[in-house]
Amino acid sequence: MHELPFTEAILDIVLNEAKGVKANKVNRIDITIGKLSGIMPECVQFAFDVISRETIAEGAKLEFYQTPGQVRCRNCGTTFSSQGFDDLTCPNCNKQKIEVLTGREFIVDSIAWE
Amino acid sequence: MEVKVLTIKEDILEANKERARKNQKRLEEHTILGVNVMSSPGAGKTNLILRTIERFKGKLRIAVIEGDIASRMDADKVHRQGVPVIQINTGGACHLDANMIEQALNNLSLEQVDLILIENVGNLVCPAEFDLGVHKKIMILSVPEGDDKPHKYPLMFTEVDVALVNKIDVLPYFDFDMGSFIEAMAGLNPAAKVFKISCRTNEGLEAWFSWLQEEVNQIRRRKQS
Repeated sequence: MHELPFTEAILDIVLNEAKGVKANKVNRIDITIGKLSGIMPECVQFAFDVISRETIAEGAKLEFYQTPGQVRCRNCGTTFSSQGFDDLTCPNCNKQKIEVLTGREFIVDSIAWE
Repeated sequence: MEVKVLTIKEDILEANKERARKNQKRLEEHTILGVNVMSSPGAGKTNLILRTIERFKGKLRIAVIEGDIASRMDADKVHRQGVPVIQINTGGACHLDANMIEQALNNLSLEQVDLILIENVGNLVCPAEFDLGVHKKIMILSVPEGDDKPHKYPLMFTEVDVALVNKIDVLPYFDFDMGSFIEAMAGLNPAAKVFKISCRTNEGLEAWFSWLQEEVNQIRRRKQS
């Protein structure tokens, strides 16, 4: 559900930057999503298709780069990478006492425009 | 036409974070403690707020921001206690965000408030992801929901400063394993305080009130120094 306000933020950033370079059209938007951000790329694309209508970003393809999280085990100190919320058990000691170091990023990296 | 690539590297959540920082600055200017109260629907957010208002009547000036998808029912209950209350109807959104809080703050007389309790939309997922700019985040888990919730909704339990286990008066009728809950909590968030309470019988509430009073005192001390 809350993919919508996130997507509005993406559109704001993109239209603002596109205006700065006097773009006529935005073809592609590159986005980094951490796998521990809880954000579902397919929902973002769906919302984007709806809210970008009649803007220069209409029809733009969103390319998502999903980055694994880095998690530290507070039981044994092992740092391991996590593929999502169902992957938070330490591979070394099998405990779930974790501290999330990275993996919650959500960034507009770049746009392709003409 | 030639297609060009423009590097942006802009944080999509930054607009909300920026508003949240502004909200926090405003609260601090007025020496107000802000508390974001989260839980699933029916866990006892409104009752905790009502008990807290009763306890601090005449001692702390409390204001309440009520977030619901629809209705004014909770705001009316709080209003009957004689404290200022702003109802936010999100109209479908599953959480409050910093922008909504900014609007609510515009409608409160901040110079007459010591503590703002924000009742978030009932939901264990989305509210945890949005910074509102308040000082403390707390959550309530009620006994009938079960002790396994930290495993299922880890972000909520990781983010909070306090977890209150409400409805302990019905513990004999449910298979809620308090030991398992406390162990799961210690794993996810060892710094969080856990208070076992019943808003129905008032059991355990004094520990919560003491914590809250101490947090208000800290905001005042910070202002003086």
